Amino acid sequence: MAGEAQTATDYIQHHLQNMAYGKLPAGYTRADGSILQESTWTLAHSSQEASDMGFWAIHLDTLGWSIGLGMLFCFLFARAAKKATAGVPSGFQSMVELVVDFVDKLVKDTFPHRNSMVAPMALTIFVWVFLMNLMDLIPVDWLPMAAAKAAGNEHLYFKVVPTTDLNATLGMALAVFVLMIFFSIKEKGALGFLKELTLHPFHSGKWYVDIFLIPFNFLLEAVSLLAKPVSLGLRLFGNLYAGEMIFILIAIVFGVGVLGFIGAGLLHMGWAIFHILVITLQAFVFMVLTTVYMAMAHNREDEHENDH
Amino acid sequence: MNINLTLIGQSITFLAFVWFCWKFVWPALLGVMQEREQKIATGLEEAERASKDLELAQRKAAEQLKEAKEQAAEIIDGANKRANQIVDEAKQAAEAEGDRLKAAAKAEIDQEVNRAKEQLRSRVAALSVAGAEKILSVNIDAKVHDDLIDKLAAEL
Repeated sequence: MAGEAQTATDYIQHHLQNMAYGKLPAGYTRADGSILQESTWTLAHSSQEASDMGFWAIHLDTLGWSIGLGMLFCFLFARAAKKATAGVPSGFQSMVELVVDFVDKLVKDTFPHRNSMVAPMALTIFVWVFLMNLMDLIPVDWLPMAAAKAAGNEHLYFKVVPTTDLNATLGMALAVFVLMIFFSIKEKGALGFLKELTLHPFHSGKWYVDIFLIPFNFLLEAVSLLAKPVSLGLRLFGNLYAGEMIFILIAIVFGVGVLGFIGAGLLHMGWAIFHILVITLQAFVFMVLTTVYMAMAHNREDEHENDH
Repeated sequence: MNINLTLIGQSITFLAFVWFCWKFVWPALLGVMQEREQKIATGLEEAERASKDLELAQRKAAEQLKEAKEQAAEIIDGANKRANQIVDEAKQAAEAEGDRLKAAAKAEIDQEVNRAKEQLRSRVAALSVAGAEKILSVNIDAKVHDDLIDKLAAEL
């Protein structure tokens, strides 16, 4: 809810700013008007400060929550794996097995190659992204306010949904991209990968024609290759960012009288229920697309040609 | 919205979690699940085999029961036949014995009768001789009249 001193715009901006930790240069004028004597590593006190920190800054909230949730995933699943028996599965084990079985079937359907890493990666993505998205269902003010109280700093930036931070989603997409390149080169060799980038989709079979087709092919293939991780990261970010935005807007309405409170309550509930679908779907889409990209990376050229 | 080091951090985190899941979570869980699948498959197979075995055993038992009944019937039949035979034999033996006893008795009776007749005859002869002696008061030479007396005795 917006504080008395805050306008709605301030409130929204405050909610959309990560807790950035970075280096501010000497002579920098801070948000409260003080001037830094020497360059310091510090938390950003305003969006302007955060952006002035440049690339060498880190979002403590994003990384903290994503690592925490990832560890929660690892802990829960590793414990389930440790306790698992081939006998009758108990409550949590059967839930874990349900997810594992679901992911395993899906990967077997979409990824026909031999690579023992892809299925666990799909499971990690699905559960981890789902958990990160799930943070979106916690009312937008609870955790930030609790964190501000705990830190004793009313203006503490604290974003609890890592997937609403472009860094997080693009970071995962970047890792997927690196793995795509890695497996492409591993499966086809550097030359095979290069051939794939330059001799497709236009291919005449005569070298003197192909030479002139190479630039066009490379342009097309490079764009389609780069579009994969970018679209992967942006899709997840966009969906969750929009969802978060609407939760924030609804949260503002809570402060507008009794009618506003009731209306916002209903809206919040409706959007949250709808959002359950969105967060699951986005986690699922991220997983499926990653698996498909991995399958593409493993596809050999000759197999590729047989497809047409 | 700034792109910063968080991007790289998130990538590394991602790969670390994937690695963890790949090494420690996935194989254990899948192993257990496959083991259970195998167990269930074996269990089902065994159940099927057991039901087949049961059916076979039931059929066998029924067959054996039928056979046993047949055998019992046969044995009873044989026993009946044998019993009849024994009774018949006993009857025959008894009859033969009876006949023999009857014949022996008859023979004895005949013998007794003959002996009695003989005795009677000789007594009659003696009596008649004595009677005649007394009547005639003559001493009859027995030797002379033996023939006569014998004839008389024979006529008796």
